[in-house]
Amino acid sequence: MQRYSAFSLARRALGGHRGWEPAWRKATLRGAYDVVVIGGGGHGLATAYYLMANHGVARVAVIEKGWIGGGNVGRNTTVFRSNYLLEDNIRFYEHALKLWEGLTEELDFNLMVSQRGCLMLATSLGEMNALRRRGNMMRLAGTDAEYLSGDEVRREVPNVVGEDDGLWPIYGGLMQRRAGTIRHDAVAWGLARGASARGADIVENCEALDFLWTGGRISGVRTTLGDVTCDKVVLATAGSASLLAAKAGLRLPIESHLLQAFVTEGLKPLVDTVIVWGGPGHFYISQSDKGGLVFGGDLDGYNSYAQRGNLPLVEDVISAGIGLMPNISRLRLLRHWGGIMDMTMDGSPIIGPAPVDGLILDVGWCYGGFKAIPAGGWLAAHAAATGSPHELAPPFALDRFARGRLLDETGNGPVPNRQ
Amino acid sequence: MILISCPWCGDRDQTEFAYGGDATVQRPAPDDADPTRWFDYVHTRDNPRGSHRELWFHAFGCRQWVEVTRDTATHAVAGAVLAGLRVGEGETP
Repeated sequence: MQRYSAFSLARRALGGHRGWEPAWRKATLRGAYDVVVIGGGGHGLATAYYLMANHGVARVAVIEKGWIGGGNVGRNTTVFRSNYLLEDNIRFYEHALKLWEGLTEELDFNLMVSQRGCLMLATSLGEMNALRRRGNMMRLAGTDAEYLSGDEVRREVPNVVGEDDGLWPIYGGLMQRRAGTIRHDAVAWGLARGASARGADIVENCEALDFLWTGGRISGVRTTLGDVTCDKVVLATAGSASLLAAKAGLRLPIESHLLQAFVTEGLKPLVDTVIVWGGPGHFYISQSDKGGLVFGGDLDGYNSYAQRGNLPLVEDVISAGIGLMPNISRLRLLRHWGGIMDMTMDGSPIIGPAPVDGLILDVGWCYGGFKAIPAGGWLAAHAAATGSPHELAPPFALDRFARGRLLDETGNGPVPNRQ
Repeated sequence: MILISCPWCGDRDQTEFAYGGDATVQRPAPDDADPTRWFDYVHTRDNPRGSHRELWFHAFGCRQWVEVTRDTATHAVAGAVLAGLRVGEGETP
């Protein structure tokens, strides 16, 4: 694998930038592997990478129906954070956050990890109390949380909350300084490069059609490019988990829903952190390195496999945004897109062995999938390689729904469109 | 915008409705003591890509629950009937 450095950049620049090799190898599908990962998104690629890097699994394939970077790994708002309420979630996302901090060097690929902080805002006393409770939980679970008063919020983000607060009075905020944003395309390409360099076969335009069985155990995958046999299959699809799991005879506690996101035209620096507001309106915003404001809000709220949303939700998100930041009301939208979220019945993901031999699940990422990529891959690889769950994994097992041990972060109950 | 044909009110915007989820799940009998049937009712869903029978509440209209048949891949609405009085595809009570 070609290493990237200031020296290699200078050398290639002098040579007219000829001689750069592709970042990762486009492979053709072979007939047999140790592990086949279905889904070449962030989680699938991270699973393949950690299978090889952590567990020395020799033969790994990632099969992807579309192309690398074309799914939800390229359709999110690029935020990573571990400011959750429930201890199991905090520990898991904190594991991801720590991995993000070191992945650029490990992969030798600039993920443009920017720890610009994530500031959750409160616009009422009730919200502030909830944020303080969340902050207490975060501190107890060993991550960083900082409480800000209303005045401290105004000093911290003067372009978001002005002197006179606009429509909503600011009571305070909860800051996680180590959270931030990452360039999401670089995540897909960096992990593909890392996995590919260790010998993983990444096969694009290869759709998984069905599973192959040997004596009641999954022993391979039928794809559009032919049959492939393997010891373990990792299901790491986003948006289609229910459809593929049904082929394995499973009926998952998942509904597929739409989430839209938006980017404005480029601006000079306006927002230097990630702002999250879960009050009267739901709105989160950050600014990309190119200057566009990247923002989003709620789900569209009905089952959908269409990767495009509807206008009522556009109006809902933008009115929440303008209510909080009247200064962005004249901006034009540059891009706007929708992705399919596999929403579970408690709003938390499903990681671990399926109740079918030979199948590992890494699905149901709701809308927290991007930030979890390295940890999801880490845990799925652990389950596939060792046959036992990683120490962080048991709370995310599929059987938690039947056992009644839900991880219901928002406390909404089994209503996926409201998670 | 999804246009839902309410059996009472005619074609109305989706913004008048609140979503109520999958209409095909059947609540077990109150004295059913089998936890797997309750688990299925509360948690598991077919989650089809394509035709989906689902409940919508006409909150800003007649305030009736309607059962809508909608394609989850295209959002095209095939028809709607009053929930609980389903007599046939596309047929109003």
